[in-house]
Amino acid sequence: MVTEARRRERLDRGIKVRTERLYAVSGWQEIAYLVVPRLVLILGLLILPLVMPSMYWQKVMVSMFVFGLLAMAFDFLAHYVGLVCLGGALFTGIGAYIAGILNSYFGLPLVLTIPIATLGGGLISTLLLLPCLPLRGIYFAIITIIFPLAVPRIITALNIWGGTEGMTVPGVLPNVWVELYLILGVVLIVLFALRRLVNEDYGLVLRGIKDNDQAVKASGINITLYKAQAVFITSAIGCFCGAFLVHQYGWCGQSLFALDFSILPIAATVLGGVGTLVGPLLGSCILVPLVEILRAIHYLRITFYCIVLLAFIVFKPEGLMSWAQRKYHQFEHWEKV
Amino acid sequence: MVLALTAVGFSFAYGVSRLPNFAHGAFYILAGFATWMFVRELGINYALSIIISLIILAVVGYAMYRFILIRVRGMPISEIIASWALGVAILETLRIRFVGAFFTTPLFIEGTVKIGGVPIDLQRVVIIGGGVALVAVIWLVTHYTKVGLSLRGIAQDERAAMMLGIDSDRAAAIALAIGSALAALAAVIILPVGSINVNEGYEVLIHALAVCVIGGLGSWTGTILAAFLLGFAGILTGTYIGTMWESVVVVVAIILTLIFRPSGLLGRQKELEERV
Repeated sequence: MVTEARRRERLDRGIKVRTERLYAVSGWQEIAYLVVPRLVLILGLLILPLVMPSMYWQKVMVSMFVFGLLAMAFDFLAHYVGLVCLGGALFTGIGAYIAGILNSYFGLPLVLTIPIATLGGGLISTLLLLPCLPLRGIYFAIITIIFPLAVPRIITALNIWGGTEGMTVPGVLPNVWVELYLILGVVLIVLFALRRLVNEDYGLVLRGIKDNDQAVKASGINITLYKAQAVFITSAIGCFCGAFLVHQYGWCGQSLFALDFSILPIAATVLGGVGTLVGPLLGSCILVPLVEILRAIHYLRITFYCIVLLAFIVFKPEGLMSWAQRKYHQFEHWEKV
Repeated sequence: MVLALTAVGFSFAYGVSRLPNFAHGAFYILAGFATWMFVRELGINYALSIIISLIILAVVGYAMYRFILIRVRGMPISEIIASWALGVAILETLRIRFVGAFFTTPLFIEGTVKIGGVPIDLQRVVIIGGGVALVAVIWLVTHYTKVGLSLRGIAQDERAAMMLGIDSDRAAAIALAIGSALAALAAVIILPVGSINVNEGYEVLIHALAVCVIGGLGSWTGTILAAFLLGFAGILTGTYIGTMWESVVVVVAIILTLIFRPSGLLGRQKELEERV
């Protein structure tokens, strides 16, 4: 049997080459090539809440964006800095408790609690994770697994802040539109800010740390400091999500340390495409509504995330977004070898 | 000793193949439930069902390497995510079937013995004896059999071992199979004392990871030493402060270890490799 040897040849589209650097503004076609995908994303996200049929789906959208944020944070930390965080729930939990305590014990308004929870929570998380930052290997993953499982126990043991029952938070966001557009605004800002960040020199250093930390260190750069800053950015995003959820539910409890907040962002990232930042958002926009539709498997939802995750990691490790980007930028044809 | 039993499997697999098996706790629980089902629902002989579940778990570990981890080998991010996802998937699926009620397996030997005036269950004696025997067997196997020597060769220098004709993939698969079987063994020995519970799976994983970090990843003597230290620390806090604080002790111990002795108590030789 003779098998014909073929391979796929991929070539960049001419227009992609023409839109690099300054030439991007040389004509309307080039501008459109660059702007249309971004505009579709931004406008699509902004319009989506308006076309949603019911309150129920609007609520689903809110949680979709929350998970999208968490997933982007995970993607940033894992694929640009090389730190795999298996316990994103730690960040949401810390942010949630800070916001909850400030609001219910000290009566601070929402405008203050959310920023304080974001920054303060980021700081606390970074300090908690600081001991393992000078190390490489799997230490960071181990530590982040342990924390979200241990912290709720400590809260139960001390029986503080509502213990196992949680506490009621008086301050809630006024209505679903505020919720939606607040989280949507943050999603878009974080998305484009992170994209900008990783393409700056700063991002170059972070990627250097991921690929070859010895070389970065040899250049006289303090790796631990950079890692700590990256962890701060990630955990601040996570803490924002926690604080936001507290003010959405009007309640703050241990379920904010739940496994969902750790696993779903990872699944969304792998599904959407690792290292693309917009991919994770896309991934959570697919996964969250899917689970809502498949309500019958509600108890199995974590299993479902894990199976999606495994399937993609084994069979399609590049994810959806990388695939789409490739189709957009390149054309391919079969070629005899 | 309980801690040493659960941790030694993780340490074994990681030490040989550098694959962190985050599904370890899930395998432990899976073995417990498998044994329980064989004994209580299918009515198979107890000894036989233990052997069957050990074999099943070894096969599961092997399959996990063959079908999942082999594709992501060498990509640490994917390795961690894949094994953790598998572990969580197993645990959360088991949660549906085995909800609420307490499941426990019968004791090997009924009765107690008195040592120094303190009555001790014979099962606990079995645990200690089993632990010692296990460590001895592992030591003998890795030092005197061909498979064991090849595993150690891979652990020390993968490329050199491959040049000498040792199949790295096969060794890693065997290591994972043995590691999973060790998790199963720990489960069947320990579970008659307590009861099986899905949440235990996370607990076991945490403790195994903690012991491995404190003892030095991949160092077996360190693992055993750390297991004893952590076990005593846990019991002391349990008696004097409160059982709720045991998990706090674990976390504090890990953090202190990472600050003062990052490569663990006995993990000296890897200091250069792991420290940036």
